[in-house]
Amino acid sequence: MFGWEFPPHITGGLGTACFGLTKGLAKHNVDIIFVVPKAYGDESEEAVRIVNASDVSVDIEKEESKNYWERVQYMEIGSNIIPYVGPEQFEILQEEQRKVTETFKSPVFSQKYEFSGKYGANLMEEVARYALVGSAVATKHDFDIIHAHDWLTYSAGIAAKETTGKPLVVHMHATEFDRSGENINSDVYAIERRGMEVADRVITVSNLTKKIVIEKYGIDPKKIFTVHNAVEPVDKSDLTLPGKQVKEKVVTFLGRITFQKGPEYFVEAARKILKQDDNIRFVMAGTGDLMNKMILRVAQLRIGHKFHFTGFLKGDDVDKMFAMTDVFVMPSISEPFGIVPLEAMRSNVPVVISKQSGVAEILKHALKVDFWDVDGMADAIYGLCHYDALSETFIKYGKEEVDNLKWEHAAFHVKKVYDSVFL
Amino acid sequence: MKSICFYFQVHQPFRLRTYRFFDIGRNHFYYDEYFNRMIMRRIAEKSYLPMNAILLEQIKEFGAKFKVSFSISGIAIEQMELYAPEVLDSFRALVNTGQVEILAETYAHSLSSLKNPEEFKLQVAAHTAKIQEVFGVTPTSFRNTELIYSDAIGAQVADMGFKVMLTEGAKHVLGWKSPNFMYVNAINPKLKVLLRNFRMSDDIAFRFSQQSWPEWPVTTEKFVGWLNNINPKEEVLNIFLDYETFGEHQWASTGIFDFMKKLPAAILSKTEYNFATPAELAEKLQPVSAIQVPYPISWADEERDLTAWRGNNMQDEAFERLYDLAERVNQSDDEDLKRDWNYLQSSDHFYFICTKWFSDGDVHKYFNHYPSPYEAYINYMNVLADFTIRVNEKSPSTKVMMDELLEKGAKLGKEIGKTAADQLQKTAKSIEERFRKSEKQIKPAFDDLVELSDAKIKKLIKDLEAEDLVIALKDAKEELVEKVLPNLSKSARKSFDEAKEKAGRTTKTQVNKMRSAIEEKMRELF
Repeated sequence: MFGWEFPPHITGGLGTACFGLTKGLAKHNVDIIFVVPKAYGDESEEAVRIVNASDVSVDIEKEESKNYWERVQYMEIGSNIIPYVGPEQFEILQEEQRKVTETFKSPVFSQKYEFSGKYGANLMEEVARYALVGSAVATKHDFDIIHAHDWLTYSAGIAAKETTGKPLVVHMHATEFDRSGENINSDVYAIERRGMEVADRVITVSNLTKKIVIEKYGIDPKKIFTVHNAVEPVDKSDLTLPGKQVKEKVVTFLGRITFQKGPEYFVEAARKILKQDDNIRFVMAGTGDLMNKMILRVAQLRIGHKFHFTGFLKGDDVDKMFAMTDVFVMPSISEPFGIVPLEAMRSNVPVVISKQSGVAEILKHALKVDFWDVDGMADAIYGLCHYDALSETFIKYGKEEVDNLKWEHAAFHVKKVYDSVFL
Repeated sequence: MKSICFYFQVHQPFRLRTYRFFDIGRNHFYYDEYFNRMIMRRIAEKSYLPMNAILLEQIKEFGAKFKVSFSISGIAIEQMELYAPEVLDSFRALVNTGQVEILAETYAHSLSSLKNPEEFKLQVAAHTAKIQEVFGVTPTSFRNTELIYSDAIGAQVADMGFKVMLTEGAKHVLGWKSPNFMYVNAINPKLKVLLRNFRMSDDIAFRFSQQSWPEWPVTTEKFVGWLNNINPKEEVLNIFLDYETFGEHQWASTGIFDFMKKLPAAILSKTEYNFATPAELAEKLQPVSAIQVPYPISWADEERDLTAWRGNNMQDEAFERLYDLAERVNQSDDEDLKRDWNYLQSSDHFYFICTKWFSDGDVHKYFNHYPSPYEAYINYMNVLADFTIRVNEKSPSTKVMMDELLEKGAKLGKEIGKTAADQLQKTAKSIEERFRKSEKQIKPAFDDLVELSDAKIKKLIKDLEAEDLVIALKDAKEELVEKVLPNLSKSARKSFDEAKEKAGRTTKTQVNKMRSAIEEKMRELF
């Protein structure tokens, strides 16, 4: 299995999903070699064997390697158009930039290549190099099937397939259209498309994503299977959370503050509600390229006294935030799946989600609105804040619902997809 | 003889610590003590202490010929008390020479004059009290935060009893006029107005070490030369500066201290200028005209307007939300609340949210601990949210009070209703009880027959057996018997008499029984 990140070193939902899936697959007696660009050594190996791509040496004298590298060189692109760049990444970008220059002096044709495993400036170079590692790993290990997660690893998956002739499954956690709207990066699009074309099976995380894959990538629907994500049940009973310290109801947005996540609609809904009811506080947790714009909008609407920004939340702070939250809102414009609402429900928080999210396909106990329907969103939030019977029902059944969304079940479907290749 | 007036602004805010959303409602301490102490210590050592020493030296040398003036915000004094008491001592030493005037301002170095005249007045009074306490003098000249001034603000300052006020000689206000004269307020001519000569002030404040400037370096000779070139008819030159100019904005290595050491001697020996304080100038100079300033000006940035503090939506919201609380904070007598109210008003908090960074970035970044104005806004609003919660607890807003009142009113109504019903029932019971009692009391006694009208007696005894009447009347009072008997019909009288004759011994019990029977009948009559 090729991934880009693995807990605890994650920046988004991808690593979490991979972790959950591998654990689920292990329960179905599937052995997994998980390759990441950079292993830190503290990854959980309870379900997988972690292979650190940085430790894999590649025989660069081989003609095919050289050819491959020459072929991919042209894909070098700038990084700022690539989403998933978190604040931590931003800070080290400069440093990375320097590193890149240095590595270029000493060519990348070294025996081993130190991957950063981040989403920084030299991402494309790393992706290409990772592909090279893909074939090397493939020849060294024994396995039956190749599973590649998201475009970053598709080249590696393809390389492994070409080297060994083993079947390839690519897993679409998000499409370039989800990340960038209509202004897509054509290189990324090309990699995604090629990966899906070469693959024997394509797994999408929702029917929404499946539809995009069919319509925008022209992939044969017959080889596409939807397997919805799940959420890890976590026993948080030993964790003492401070709970809420403000008397108002707290309504939370948690995620990257980017176009795709629809933060504007959350702000506008907050405005509508605050006009009616001053006894609610709104929190926008996270960071992203639209954050400053949102801050200015909030100030312009004069709701800053009840609308707070927390910046990027790490680790325990997310749980702390949920513990203080009365309503969680995910107004995404395009969300292939959306795992955060599940985490909210797991923490006994009722959720409002946009119909344009994959998770809306499976959740019953969530209020669903169109992302653009600010009135509807405001209504839903107001209702959950004020009608205790409503929120209590959502909390009770929502928790049950989420507890039944087990990775074990998702993995079962993934395994069926594997099996279908050999039929 | 012309005058040169040196005035220095001394202010440091209580900077806020990183105050997160999670702190709201939980943690009520807002300040970065470490950072505030560090900055105060640094400025004390690099600027305040060496410069105060130089000024004291000059005063000792030139006596009454050398004078300067200061404004020191109440908050700056508090920080000196906390972190650098020796600085306060050195200011006291200067004031004690009698050659240093201390000006009045707002306690918190606040922008209250732009929003809330009542709060403005309170702040000025608080500052004056602090100055009296620390220096034992009462200011008579006024300067507003960052030299903010308008006709209306000036008029208010005049009402507070100040004789002269300092502001910027802003180009767009003066037009062709020179700042080097005494002016008066356009609304109340009793208030004199001194205007900062920004060109010559900024020569020291900003251009002193600017090597790209053709006039660099500034020497006392050059400065004296400029003074002598000023139109001889002009009367006063106002050099108004941030005190941190000396040693902080212009480091010691630029030669700023040496320049200031030599300047008084050069001015006194080579020019016609003498040193004066604003209060002296207010006495001495006749105003040339009123100065029209319909919209507030300040000494900040190129624009000399308010956009450094009120230039974007974030600043405006923070500012408005803060002053929405004014009335309620001032009604409260909670010391902690009032202290934070003061500290949160410092103009610096709004300055940090300024987005004009690209033009005036250097000055704005100075002592600014926020990476961007957005962070500054988020942090301030978080603090303000917590502060608002506290204000609401201590002194609820009218709306909250109304809600509470309504809620309590409803409760009370129910309570009253219940109490009233209970009371009514009780009263009814007790009245009934009393009625029953009194009923017993008013139960007519046999003897009361005397009081009855003849008609009633007739009715009463009509159906009575003669024998019974005899028993009843046995041993009765004479008058009673006389009252009753005439009411008997003739035949009845006859029967009565006969019965009396026949009547044998009658027991007391019998008598009483009969009387009771009659009493019963009497009640029916009522």
